[in-house]
Amino acid sequence: MPKLIKNGEVVNDERWQAVDTEADNAAPGVIATLSQWQALDDKAGSAVQLEPGDGVETLLPHLADIELIAISFPVFTDGRGFSYARELRQRGYTGELRAVGGFIRDQLHYLSRVGFNAFQMNDDRELEEAVASLGDFSEHYQAAVDQPLPLFRRRA
Amino acid sequence: MYVYDQYDQRIIDERVAQFRDQTRRYLDGKISDEQFLPLRLQNGLYIQRLAPMMRIAVPYGLLNSRQLRKLAHITRHYDKGYAHVSTRQNIQLNWPLLEEVPDILAELAEVQMHAVQTSGNCIRNTTTDQFAGVARDELEDPRPWCEIIRQWSTFHPEFAFLPRKFKIAVCATEQDRAAIHAHDIGLELVANADGEVGFKVLAGGGLGRTPVIGSVVSEWIEKKHLLTFLEAILRVYNQHGRRDNKFKARIKILVKAMGIEAFREAVAKEWAPIKDGPSTLTEEEISRASSFFTDPDYEQFDEAAAAAALAGQAAADPIFGNWVKRNTVSHRVPGYQAVTISLKMTGHAPGDITDRQLELLAELADQFSFGEIRTTHQQNMVLADVRQQDLYALWQRLQSAGLATPNIGYLTDMICCPGGDYCSLANAKSIPVAEAIQARFDDLDYVYDLGPLELNISGCMNACGHHHIGHIGILGVDKKGEEFYQVSLGGSQAKDASLGKILGPSFKQEDMPEVMEKIINTYVDLRGEEETFLDTYRRVGIDPFKERVYAKAD
Ligand code: SF4
Repeated sequence: MPKLIKNGEVVNDERWQAVDTEADNAAPGVIATLSQWQALDDKAGSAVQLEPGDGVETLLPHLADIELIAISFPVFTDGRGFSYARELRQRGYTGELRAVGGFIRDQLHYLSRVGFNAFQMNDDRELEEAVASLGDFSEHYQAAVDQPLPLFRRRA
Repeated sequence: MYVYDQYDQRIIDERVAQFRDQTRRYLDGKISDEQFLPLRLQNGLYIQRLAPMMRIAVPYGLLNSRQLRKLAHITRHYDKGYAHVSTRQNIQLNWPLLEEVPDILAELAEVQMHAVQTSGNCIRNTTTDQFAGVARDELEDPRPWCEIIRQWSTFHPEFAFLPRKFKIAVCATEQDRAAIHAHDIGLELVANADGEVGFKVLAGGGLGRTPVIGSVVSEWIEKKHLLTFLEAILRVYNQHGRRDNKFKARIKILVKAMGIEAFREAVAKEWAPIKDGPSTLTEEEISRASSFFTDPDYEQFDEAAAAAALAGQAAADPIFGNWVKRNTVSHRVPGYQAVTISLKMTGHAPGDITDRQLELLAELADQFSFGEIRTTHQQNMVLADVRQQDLYALWQRLQSAGLATPNIGYLTDMICCPGGDYCSLANAKSIPVAEAIQARFDDLDYVYDLGPLELNISGCMNACGHHHIGHIGILGVDKKGEEFYQVSLGGSQAKDASLGKILGPSFKQEDMPEVMEKIINTYVDLRGEEETFLDTYRRVGIDPFKERVYAKAD
């Protein structure tokens, strides 16, 4: 059962299993790859994982139906997922947005700013401590998903 | 100059705390080398050949005297008593200890400084014209815009893990002194047909191993749209820039691969949904940013009288007169002049400055230039607001500190990266080459006779010394483990930007002064009336230079 940080707390995910890239079809309760997800007849309540390079276009017409979008970070230095998340939230996606893979604790704050609310790190040994990094900054210059107004519209 | 309020200070203080914790976890073995790498880079820390190298941000080159004193203290206390001005207007330390970097950052934060995003694959320090705000040929002051960009790009959550580093430059003059064509994004303040000032936006310029001149993404955008437009460009780049090959990861490669038309369309598509959104700049914000760059208390002078008095002093002391001619430029306010302090004295690494010199400059800035000083991308410093009547006194003080070398814009005012003496990426040393050339051309009158000449030296393809856009460029290359130097001619960073052409096979270090001399002699022989090196080169092409340099000795 994957352990993750969700909405600021460490939890076990009892709802979704990690993607199975070998399978032809996504089994119920398993996060689908983009191509498995495309093959689904009914996308209501679905869960799909984007890899870097997938882009968000395919998902856009179905955002209201999807329950979970996982965005994969095979290596933590590949920042495409940051823009994917921002785009999805900008287009109105309100479901769970989960970062999965090789990202690191020190990216949690930025990840949460661009719209992720769940974090499943490959290295999940010290998740409790890692939660602290979500709050690395209490103030920001730019608008983002967590704070839609840039500082210049809020400065007192 | 911009002054932090409680928000800016809090953000910077929280950054120091964050990096302190990261450093502690790294030293405890809880963060791997690989994971720590981007974290320390985005706090300005490289691990170099001999020791860590730390790059301190000087936002668009502006410093006050308090900051200079702090830098002097830091170089003395944490380093070996000297610092280096980089070609991105930043300040580098060559010998800090990793364990002490959080303390250095905390000291910097006390004077509203930091090392944020001075390295790493993120948006770097925005640069501009070193004469911003005082230049006569300026449309309007670019610095408020640099500050607006600084704030927007600082800890931008979406763009901290880009395919590669990302540099933005802003200029507001015809004669572009910020090399905007050689930047990932170049912004030029320009008026449209109705006379309204906005931005011309270029993208995809850059040096490095594939030098490219930037392409126009938009001829003109309204000022208030600046941030959303930048955001759209970055979003296209972050999603589509190549990540499989670090040498092909800069935005210039993406722009080329897509073609500028398609790139523009992609930007337009990203822009549409955010244009006019909350990140659209407000009138209040633009005036708030501008309010930090208003005129200091200039006195009123009679222009003709001030000029005549200065001319009298210059005539009485020709050495002073020469320095005024070479190292100062006119100011938009009568009775004032902008002074460039040359950090290119023969026998010193270009751009290096000691703790004592930093302190002296702090004093001189207080006394003569409203407490402010600027760094330049040519690795010099500028006191921008000096009364003409003070120039003589200022010059005397500079002279006694070895800071009055009258060579700005001439051959010996060369740009040079730290190279193999400090930098672990280097193919070859660059400082000894610079010093050898300076020593060879030690006759200043001869150097003046050569006219404006930009010599730029980089120790490797990364081109920190901007060798592609030097009138003469020198690049360190590795040939089977030996250090060699490749020479290029005809580059220019000015409005008529061009990239240098390679002269031919590379040379050994000891041959470089000789090679330079041959190139210079070719120019001297061929130049027409009033022709600069670049003019002559553009007229005659590379062949005459080639023939002379590679001619077999009989
Ligand atoms: S050009 Fe190369 S050698 Fe010179 S500072 Fe940059 S990376 Fe180092």
